[in-house]
Amino acid sequence: MNAGDDSAGGPSDSPTRAEPFPYGILGVDLARIVRSIPADEPPPLAPNAELAIIGRSATRLDARDKVTGASRFTVDVGLPGMLHGRILRSRFAHARIRSIDASAALRAPGVRAVEVLAQPTAPHGSNASTVRYVGQPLAAVAADSLAAVEEALQRIEVDYEPLPFVVDLATARRPTAPPVYTADDAPRGSASGYPAPAGLPLHGNVRGPAIVDRGDVARGFADADVEVESDYATQVQTHCCLEPHAIVADWRADGLTVHVSTQYTSGVRHELAEAFGLPLAAVRVIAKAIGGGFGSKSTLGVYGRLAVGLSRQARAPVRIVLDREEEQIDAGNRPSTWQRLRLGARRDGTLTAVRLTSYGSAGVGLGAGVWSLAERLYPCANFLGEQHDVFTNAGAGCAMRGPGAVPGAWGMEQAVDELAERLGIDPLALRDRIDPSPVRREERRIGAQRSGWFERRPPAADPGPIKRGIGCAQSLWMTNVQLNAACEVRVHRDGSVEVFSGVQDIGTGTGTVMAQVVAEVLGLTPQAITVRIGDTRFPAGPPSYGSRTTASITPPARTAAWHVLQSLFREAAPLLDADPAALFAHEGRIGVRDDPARSIALAQAAARSRTDFVSAVASRADDYAGFDVRMGDAAIARQYLGGVQFATVAVDTETGIVRVERVVAVQDCGRPINPRLIESQVQGGVLMGMSFALFEERLLDRHTGHMVNANLEQYKLAGACETPDIEVIVLENYQANSATDAYGIAEPANIATAPAIANAVYNAIGVRLRSLPITPAAVLAALGKIPSRDAP
Amino acid sequence: MQQSDPSAQFGRSTVTLEVNGTTRVIEVEARTTLAQALRGPLGLTGTKIACDRGACGACTVWLDGSPVCSCMLLAVGVGHRQVTTIEGLATADELHPVQQAFIDEDAVQCGFCTPGMVMSCAALLNDQPDCQPDDVRAAISGNLCRCGTYPHVLAAMHRLRKDPAP
Repeated sequence: MNAGDDSAGGPSDSPTRAEPFPYGILGVDLARIVRSIPADEPPPLAPNAELAIIGRSATRLDARDKVTGASRFTVDVGLPGMLHGRILRSRFAHARIRSIDASAALRAPGVRAVEVLAQPTAPHGSNASTVRYVGQPLAAVAADSLAAVEEALQRIEVDYEPLPFVVDLATARRPTAPPVYTADDAPRGSASGYPAPAGLPLHGNVRGPAIVDRGDVARGFADADVEVESDYATQVQTHCCLEPHAIVADWRADGLTVHVSTQYTSGVRHELAEAFGLPLAAVRVIAKAIGGGFGSKSTLGVYGRLAVGLSRQARAPVRIVLDREEEQIDAGNRPSTWQRLRLGARRDGTLTAVRLTSYGSAGVGLGAGVWSLAERLYPCANFLGEQHDVFTNAGAGCAMRGPGAVPGAWGMEQAVDELAERLGIDPLALRDRIDPSPVRREERRIGAQRSGWFERRPPAADPGPIKRGIGCAQSLWMTNVQLNAACEVRVHRDGSVEVFSGVQDIGTGTGTVMAQVVAEVLGLTPQAITVRIGDTRFPAGPPSYGSRTTASITPPARTAAWHVLQSLFREAAPLLDADPAALFAHEGRIGVRDDPARSIALAQAAARSRTDFVSAVASRADDYAGFDVRMGDAAIARQYLGGVQFATVAVDTETGIVRVERVVAVQDCGRPINPRLIESQVQGGVLMGMSFALFEERLLDRHTGHMVNANLEQYKLAGACETPDIEVIVLENYQANSATDAYGIAEPANIATAPAIANAVYNAIGVRLRSLPITPAAVLAALGKIPSRDAP
Repeated sequence: MQQSDPSAQFGRSTVTLEVNGTTRVIEVEARTTLAQALRGPLGLTGTKIACDRGACGACTVWLDGSPVCSCMLLAVGVGHRQVTTIEGLATADELHPVQQAFIDEDAVQCGFCTPGMVMSCAALLNDQPDCQPDDVRAAISGNLCRCGTYPHVLAAMHRLRKDPAP
């Protein structure tokens, strides 16, 4: 690294030491690499086979609370004197608010506070507030009971002036479509960073294009022996967390405490401090159990701000819990996309050009791109990508499990299969040629063996009405890291251990893997570690999104535990008549490495502590090899995450019903810490991907803008009866980058599933479905048995 | 601002419920569902409300041993039937076998659907100790889990299945 180049590494003047680390893929090329690491980082961790706790399937620490109903979710929090709040929402997809009168609501029985968001300032519509989707919040009421809130909401008088609107992507793209925004009030950037950076042009409802132009695609296509070009589309998917968005806000003279179902306690604390002009020290955010998030609970949200406003007004705690309809219409969603992909290749499969054009709609928001998967998964010297956001009169999209990469893979992983067929090359053999990743190469090799790939037949080989097929697709995701991530470990005089961090556990098992890492260092069992998380009073925790939690919080957990252990070694050394450097911790004892018979209980060393407990706080160090990208508190590691999935399907060509019979998911996440928890998450990713592929779709009535399936029975989710046999295989891929070398899995496990199913359906019936979801009607239409739904 | 008991205008009823083997007397509005009564005045928050219209099964409890969606019943309509909630499944020091199997197979992720899922599985196991995987799938077909715990739920039930006597 050059002097002064601080973008990828740590401060260059800190003391360092060189250490040999395990490096490579277990069973393929596992070797050693020497890294220079900060002097206060712990020594290298051996491969999992040599460890006692890490790499083993420890039982989830909060499992007992969850199976007995004892877990306390935000919806279960009740405080003395707590009021109930609800939100009044727009009935129109696009309207000017001429007036809004909440005075009768304020006088209604039991009402303690009213917040009005829409604030018309002139009598005839000028400067009036505009609502742009059905469900947009207008006002909120807090009262003694939910019944009183409902009564009061009905007394708020809203005078709407309806405006023309548009809810579907194709219509909204037309120059004649009703404009959702004017040039002045349209959002300019994108919270998720893609596809729309600030400053892109706006034409009608179309923001963009965001352009990536590398090499010369015209030349690349001229050099191509074959080309494929197709259009691919994905629908709007909603998160459907079982626990709705929920908040209990408690505004008091000495500070604000908020219980909230969130993926990021520290982030919500910052949002609250800024929104309400409070010092960070006066804001406490607590999230003890979170009933799912999948991206939709990443920020405070309007409902959260309203709850705090109501609590400040009423001087009492206020709880707002969204109902299922509100969840479906105004709690975020995965944006719809349409993309055209054109690939050029030589006869041997070498890509000569890739051209991508996409249009997507995140409703009134931005971020409806297909990410950079087409650009990165198969490197090609000549690439042109043009991505557009299209505004529609619908609730704003937000991140959802592999945002952008899911529709990105839906297009690219089918396009590559189409190219393989054109070239007459096996789809896996083509990927072996054009995908440089050694990790995915091994994942393809294992998956092909486990899935029966080599018995794969030509398309539509089954003679009867039920036709079976197999398909494969690949995953790519950023290896995200949050540097603003810290952990404290305390060992008390009696030898008991506590671990603290603000990080939350949304169901992934974050607390359990932290306990495993600390237990490994201290020579204890995970059950002996008390983990206290989900509270901003503890050291700053990373968010639970971007598959970054394990990568961000387990290294500081190990580092903090290691520092505490060094203190305990210093206390133990005189008792053992040995040098602290000669000691080791094992099964609750501290012993002398060369003479294991000489040992004392860990608690005996802890008892000598000068104060009640020995403590250390550590934060996430930079990756030892530096980062690919660093943006403030966030960074991306040099090697991305992969994953390859194989789906076997049975298609009934008489009913159009697709059954996924089996999925083999071969994934990687650096060093796996808890195989069973990883298996749970991969199964969840596969099921969410299958549900997206076959069942889910938000349906908006184009005549009213209302969602017609804003519930959980007409918005269809895969259930137990649709669950296929899922085999999960996880590589050990050591990168020598942190104190644990562990990374996330949630999103990579969700990215390849839908295109793997689509490729399998093609293999089964010989007709390719390029639009989601693959419903029975879509299959029958593709087979020419019924008219297409989009036909005039 | 006029302050009065807002619920007075809606009318309240005294309801006697048999919950987890104990007789409980509460005052509720007639429109209060069993799920709301359990979570509110009775303080049994293990029963969850996720869709509030019988589509997701998060609110599953037993009525005389049979699983029902407690969001689809009015508290005033329960009568003398025995209500069992997730809090009543384990004894003081012993988990129900389904609960232990869920822990052993990691059949929980976020845990929000788990109480309802456990109640459906435990009812099936009581009725049909030799239940096959398709019986389990059918029994939990009304219990939605967005985290995707179904494979591990099936594994947990497989662990508990008793083969029929020869």
